Amino acid sequence: MSAAPPPVIVGAGPAGVRAASVLVAAGLRPIVIDEAPASGGQIYRRAPAGFMRGAAVYGSEAAKATAIHRTFDSLVDRIDYRPQTTVWNLRPGRLYTVRDGVCDELTFGDIVLATGAMDRIVPIPGWTIPGVYALGGAQISLKAQGCVVGARTAFVGTGPLLWLVAYQYLKAGGTVAAVVDTTPFATKARQLFGLLRGGKTFINGLRYVATLRLKGVRITEGAIPVTIVGSTHVTALRWREASGREGSVDCDAVAIGFGLKPESQLADLAGVAMRWNDGQRVWEAARDRDGRTAVEGVYLAGDGSAIAGADAAEIDGALAAYALLADRRVTVPEAAVAELRTRRARLTRFREALDAAFPFPAALAAATADDTLVCRCEAVNAGELRAAARDLDAREVNRAKAFSRVGMGRCQGRVCGPVAVEILAAALGMPTQALGALRAQPPIKPLPMTAAVRLAAE
Amino acid sequence: MSTTTTDVAIIGGGGAGCATALHLAWRKARCVLLERGFVGGQASGVNYGGVRQQGRDPAELPIARRAREIWGRLPELIGTDCEFSVSGHLKLARDHAEEAELVAYAETAREYGIELRVIGRNAIRAEYPWLSDQVVAGSFCADDGQANPRLLCPALARAARRAGADIRENARVSDIARDGDGFVIRTADGNEVRSSILVNAAGAWGGEISARFGEPVPIETIAPNMAVTEPIPYFIKPNLGVCGGNVYCRQIPRGNVILGGGRGEADAVAMRARALPEITLAALRRAVALVPRLASATIIRTWTGIEGYLPDDIPVVGPSRTTPGLFHAFGFSGHGFAIGPAIGAIMSELVLDGRSTTPIGALTIDRFGGCDKVGELPDRARSRNH
Amino acid sequence: MSATPAQFRRVAETARPRVAITIDGAPASALAGDTVLTALLVNGRRVRHSDFGDGPRAGFCLMGACQDCWVWTEAGERLRACTTYVADGLAIRTTPEAP
Ligand SMILES: Cc1cc2nc3c(=O)[nH]c(=O)nc-3n(C[C@H](O)[C@H](O)[C@H](O)COP(=O)(O)OP(=O)(O)OC[C@H]3O[C@@H](n4cnc5c(N)ncnc54)[C@H](O)[C@@H]3O)c2cc1C
Ligand SMILES: Cc1cc2nc3c(=O)[nH]c(=O)nc-3n(C[C@H](O)[C@H](O)[C@H](O)COP(=O)(O)OP(=O)(O)OC[C@H]3O[C@@H](n4cnc5c(N)ncnc54)[C@H](O)[C@@H]3O)c2cc1C
Ligand code: FES
Repeated sequence: MSAAPPPVIVGAGPAGVRAASVLVAAGLRPIVIDEAPASGGQIYRRAPAGFMRGAAVYGSEAAKATAIHRTFDSLVDRIDYRPQTTVWNLRPGRLYTVRDGVCDELTFGDIVLATGAMDRIVPIPGWTIPGVYALGGAQISLKAQGCVVGARTAFVGTGPLLWLVAYQYLKAGGTVAAVVDTTPFATKARQLFGLLRGGKTFINGLRYVATLRLKGVRITEGAIPVTIVGSTHVTALRWREASGREGSVDCDAVAIGFGLKPESQLADLAGVAMRWNDGQRVWEAARDRDGRTAVEGVYLAGDGSAIAGADAAEIDGALAAYALLADRRVTVPEAAVAELRTRRARLTRFREALDAAFPFPAALAAATADDTLVCRCEAVNAGELRAAARDLDAREVNRAKAFSRVGMGRCQGRVCGPVAVEILAAALGMPTQALGALRAQPPIKPLPMTAAVRLAAE
Repeated sequence: MSTTTTDVAIIGGGGAGCATALHLAWRKARCVLLERGFVGGQASGVNYGGVRQQGRDPAELPIARRAREIWGRLPELIGTDCEFSVSGHLKLARDHAEEAELVAYAETAREYGIELRVIGRNAIRAEYPWLSDQVVAGSFCADDGQANPRLLCPALARAARRAGADIRENARVSDIARDGDGFVIRTADGNEVRSSILVNAAGAWGGEISARFGEPVPIETIAPNMAVTEPIPYFIKPNLGVCGGNVYCRQIPRGNVILGGGRGEADAVAMRARALPEITLAALRRAVALVPRLASATIIRTWTGIEGYLPDDIPVVGPSRTTPGLFHAFGFSGHGFAIGPAIGAIMSELVLDGRSTTPIGALTIDRFGGCDKVGELPDRARSRNH
Repeated sequence: MSATPAQFRRVAETARPRVAITIDGAPASALAGDTVLTALLVNGRRVRHSDFGDGPRAGFCLMGACQDCWVWTEAGERLRACTTYVADGLAIRTTPEAP
């Protein structure tokens, strides 16, 4: 009983899978927890049993997806895999989970948090109307459910994923009503040199844009979304072109995405400091290049700590596992680690070019109209947030949360947080990072009372 | 680097400190309030929000009555109601011994002019059909209620500023020296405040300050464990408590049910407080046992705060016994939010008139006889423990 | 349910076995492997109502992050629609039990 508890990995995406494989190779039997029913994470998410399309759904990434899935399948007997298990709280050395509506807990010594990312949003008037989805969500629906989110879907936002998902919809037989990118073409063109580092990824991106154009999809760049029209469901999307002209398209679904943001709540609860990423204008959990944090035994990997994409996530997972082993005085292959670091650094440079090519439109977020909802959980609009800033002197985001309820709802500010800080900063004339990061509070995802009543031990 | 000379310096921007600043400013006394973080950033801003008289130690009842009168007039006094609502407070008995406790307490409360209605099993079933049959009786105080703790201190502080008080945030008091009959208070940012009067309203940290003046108290830190549900249809009107206090809950009209029970962990030195999941889960089970319909809600947040607790469960309120010009109001032992507004009135009277119109005799600092450990307590102090 | 227009459209994987469920008491059909959210949105356009009266909601992130898709079973259990899979006989409610 006195043996050290096995390491725990939260997240079975590319980062978590690679971490598990390194730990298993070193003779350990990690516990791998993921709330999804199968491994793969977001990008390589596996379809439920009975789906027939196989790796084809991953498009250009099919080979990588297959490799990750095979790796995981080869590990399954040598790890303690706990799918469909949500981690809702973390304390030093202790993890709290809920599975099938039953609460459980476990002790850990070392932990790798590989919790991935979610879509980043700028609220557009009407964005809570049925038929409006996060961009990555629209992709998940297609990949893992064989569904498009509407008969005619308009795509609005910015970032490579915008073009990718629109392309995937088109290819799957969906109707793409329009692609409205808030980034002007010139901004992207300026990053050409940096983007070329992306090699195949960059070429693929160009192919998606070209295909969409070729198929006559309405495309506009440098536009400002104005409103999503509809009452019980979406009927149209309106925007203003860079020229000032109004644009509009009939549609019954809108996919919005302005890049991704890390799922850093567990790292926050673990006591890892948050740091401001000025390029992405987002808070992320602080770690070194190998995923080590200032908190002993806590390692971070993948998009959950810094948005850098699936290839980087794989490398991160391996590096974090090696760091964990090295800290346990296990000998690690130095040359392999050095090689991983080099590859990772290259991906970081590509990511920086991507961030510059598709910048988060902070000014657009800051300009959210007073009557537009910012926090969809608590129905707090931008005007109420500005009132908290000006009249109640909320000069820190958690103060603004206390006064206005922004970020106080079911999602814990995951969706509204990055927008709220931009609105507050503009209203107060402060730099955005001076407002601080929203603090995570357990449960990081809602905990049904019934689960609290049913404890696994009983 | 600045030096300010004032009449009264107040350490602590919780409910006690902010209300003191407000009452002093209303009476045109010059005062400077020094708060380490933000006003209401500690216990006063994160508590459960119960505003009750029912169940309090008789020593606190006159203060609670006075506070209740102020709560009712907040809009006219400070321009906002802080979401205070007179929802009533219903205290429940889950066995007959507890029922007897309720009946006895109702007698005591009556002597203080507080009317409680004891409700038997059948009547309680009829009035509150959503309570489980665990409940055998209840005691209802129609005059009690609840408020939003996040709003009170900032609102008091704004009103105090408008009335002329100097409220300083991010001003941690790092040193206090005596200068003749007055005080020289230094803050970590290098500023200095000179005053003839000092009010110690430093909450869980009040004992540190009293100890500097040779009056240690056996103060401990506690952290009531809190949770809140997502919004659900409004059905729990009164603020609910139980005998023994191991679970309590209230619902706000927008739907969230706030509930507490048990203690989390707090470290007053590191300024960290955390709800404990095991304690949360136990409180949730008790809440569902009491109000079965809560089973179909989800919990969306848990938290706690750092609270100063004295062994006889009542605060220190009154003049120092060692140092002329020093006054204390701290150690509210888990129930000082509701009475904070009256503490301000009382402290302003103590400072400006030399006496309080509300009896506070039982709350003197020398009741602990200068001991700072529970084990050394004189029996007199310990006997009130319950 | 056929009169209600659907939000989601199936474009692939339609050969899965059918699963019988109910939505707010009315019989509906889904496919094995559908999430509760997919099942609701191939049968209609709504998952729940905003708690504050600002209209219907139909999920948003579809990946378990935004929490804007929690529904009820007839037995009063809570389900996050986008991450829970349908099972034969599942009885879903899109509104809470009235107090
Ligand atoms: C919706 C979406 C779609 C995307 N599509 C693409 C794409 O098409 N192309 C591309 O290049 N990149 C895409 N990305 C980016 C992509 O996610 C990353 O590049 C990559 O998946 C990151 O891998 P990861 O291992 O860090 O995290 P992920 O793959 O996101 O894996 C994280 C895992 O952690 C689990 N998890 C998180 N929190 C908890 C918790 N509290 N308890 C239990 N389990 C938890 C999740 O269920 C998930 O399986 C997408 C991202 C999102 C969010
Ligand atoms: C979770 C919880 C639930 C509770 N529920 C209820 C309830 O339902 N009803 C009720 O009546 N009571 C309740 N209480 C108790 C109530 O919140 C407290 O008794 C009350 O708020 C105490 O007020 P205070 O002003 O004395 O202390 P605080 O609010 O703690 O204020 C003291 C202030 O002093 C400051 N300070 C300390 N040292 C220094 C220094 N050196 N320099 C500058 N500033 C300093 C602190 O930063 C702090 O802001 C609860 C408490 C908690 C924690
Ligand atoms: S749609 Fe966001 S959590 Fe289900």
